[in-house]
Amino acid sequence: MSLRLQAQSLACERDDRWLFRDLDLDIRAGEIVRVEGPNGSGKTTLLKILSGQLADYEGELFWSERPMRETRESFLANLLYLGHAPGVKAALTPLENLAWYQALSGEAPSETARFRALEEVGLVGFEDVPAGQLSAGQQRRVALARLTLTPRALWVLDEPFTAIDRDGVAALERRLVEHARSGGCVLVTTHHELTPCAELRRIRLGGGGVDDGI
Amino acid sequence: MWAFINKLRSPKWFYAISAKLQPWFWAAALILIVTGTIWGLAFAPADYQQGNSFRIIYVHVPAAFLAQSIFVSMAVTGLVFMVWKIKIADMAATVMAPLGAAMTFIALFSGAVWGVPTWGTWWMWDARLTSMLILLFLYLGVIALRGAFASRDSASRAASVLAMVGVINIPIIKYSVEWWYTLHQPATFTVTGRVGMPMEMWLPLLIMVLGFYSFFIALVLTRTRSEILRRESNKRWVRELAEEAN
Amino acid sequence: MTASENSLSRAPAALREEPGGGLAVAVWATLKRDLLLMLRRRSEVLNPLVFFALVITLFPIGISPDPALLAAIAPGLLWVAALLAALLSLDSLFRADYDDGSLEQLLLTPQPLALLALAKVAVHWLLTGLPLALMAPVLGIMLSLPAGSYAVLAISLALGSASLSLIGAIGAALTVGLSRGGVLLSLLVLPLYIPVLIFGAGAVQAAILGDGVLAHLAILGALLALALSLAPLAIAASLRISING
Repeated sequence: MSLRLQAQSLACERDDRWLFRDLDLDIRAGEIVRVEGPNGSGKTTLLKILSGQLADYEGELFWSERPMRETRESFLANLLYLGHAPGVKAALTPLENLAWYQALSGEAPSETARFRALEEVGLVGFEDVPAGQLSAGQQRRVALARLTLTPRALWVLDEPFTAIDRDGVAALERRLVEHARSGGCVLVTTHHELTPCAELRRIRLGGGGVDDGI
Repeated sequence: MWAFINKLRSPKWFYAISAKLQPWFWAAALILIVTGTIWGLAFAPADYQQGNSFRIIYVHVPAAFLAQSIFVSMAVTGLVFMVWKIKIADMAATVMAPLGAAMTFIALFSGAVWGVPTWGTWWMWDARLTSMLILLFLYLGVIALRGAFASRDSASRAASVLAMVGVINIPIIKYSVEWWYTLHQPATFTVTGRVGMPMEMWLPLLIMVLGFYSFFIALVLTRTRSEILRRESNKRWVRELAEEAN
Repeated sequence: MTASENSLSRAPAALREEPGGGLAVAVWATLKRDLLLMLRRRSEVLNPLVFFALVITLFPIGISPDPALLAAIAPGLLWVAALLAALLSLDSLFRADYDDGSLEQLLLTPQPLALLALAKVAVHWLLTGLPLALMAPVLGIMLSLPAGSYAVLAISLALGSASLSLIGAIGAALTVGLSRGGVLLSLLVLPLYIPVLIFGAGAVQAAILGDGVLAHLAILGALLALALSLAPLAIAASLRISING
């Protein structure tokens, strides 16, 4: 089994408008794939389809060269998705937030691992502050701590750089490249321009079309 | 079987086949309802207890039958849509909901009108009327839920789930309401379900029921066809159809 | 789109064959997290209880303070008011999770969503249905509920409100993505509540009349068993629909 996410003639229609059509994708280990396109071109939708959240699409998805329907469990076990909303509870502290994610992903509960993950994203000293009192950037960092906390091969990140300061952006970019180089795979949308590197590949979305089928 | 299911995936195929079917159902509905109405209202004997007012069953009973059947059909088409992603099933479910609500309302209204000569009041918390009222709320819920979603696919799937949840609950609601009714008002006259009705009375009723069902099928076919055109308006075959018509 | 060459020499070490397991851990963590969240927002726990007391106060004022009349309608009043109070708190069951993105994450775990959703519903019952059931006898005194029916009132509410939470969660899951979900939620859920109401209020009524209450409670139990087996699946399906937008 190897890390490989494929899509064949993927198409998505929203309100009688095609967001994208005939999209073929082949994403493998060691790649950073940046999905580009203007606002409303379906970047988030594509990421949601590729992370198995949306069922309203045409075409076929394959994970490890088998249809997604059959491999959903194994796919989800290898996926880490960070959406627009960070998924951080304001009433809980960063440690408590991470504890839930740790348990949810089937990791053994370990406080040391949580501390280390928070350290990685520069939140030392904020471990026990309710997340509601943290800044937007810091809340995003709590979500990003999951990259370390729950190791997964496939990262699907929707605008992960939102609200993060310059140092954080640089650190996160390094983190993405590192992940790709160690055999992982990153699928990302961002308005922030990524530093070009060997692993980076782009997918451009934009402009739908009119149906002429059936 | 599979060939048939695969054919159902094509709205174009359904559009063609329904064009051939719908006149037959419309004709059957017209003949049966006209025959049943004339027979029921003019020729069937008057009830020895209720006189002529009993004749409202020729509307009330078919409407009540249909009200329940439509909900079940809606759940079945919802299931078909969820399992096989057949869009036709969802279009049919879409057009069935308001029709079912209308039938439920007719059953309720005719029951209330019937209540005046039998109970001397427009409304009694009779078990059947109460279940009908709850059914009306269930229909309104499905219609409202479908209308509330921005995305059509989500709306369809949400309405399907709700219809399925509702259909599991309908028998439970029905039996609990009946139980509740016998507890609170034992041995009052119930509107329908009388045994020993003479043949001259129930034969026109049977004809009316069949007529209502034909009407239901015909109307669903016709309305599903316009729903197909509405949803597939950007498909090539619909455009060609429109050009031919011009 | 051309497939880029697989330049990789190292095998992706992190790739996992099967989900990590630990369903019990995930369910337990979800229970703990939701309890903790509710306890940090105590007003949300208290609101349904205050609402329950308020509605019960309105009836004697609106109808009559006559103890005989109140005693006659008390079982129904208490049940209807408790049902509405439970309904009131349903809208927030998944909404906070939906708004902050936790719900997407819940849907993307390799664990069965139905069971995780069940954990959330269990917390809702524990902090809404159960307190309402425990509070009902006190309000029963205020409505001159005849002696001998207090225990049955609490038990029937405890049993029945569990079904209410489960059925209501289906409605909450269906409407969580809608901005004006609140009113719609009651339209969807209230008709489905009727059997529970009939047998719940019926149990209290039977206790007052001195009839056997076991049959009623058994039916409430059967309804709960049915809801427990089917509702989690419907909730999971509904959440997946709602996240679709």
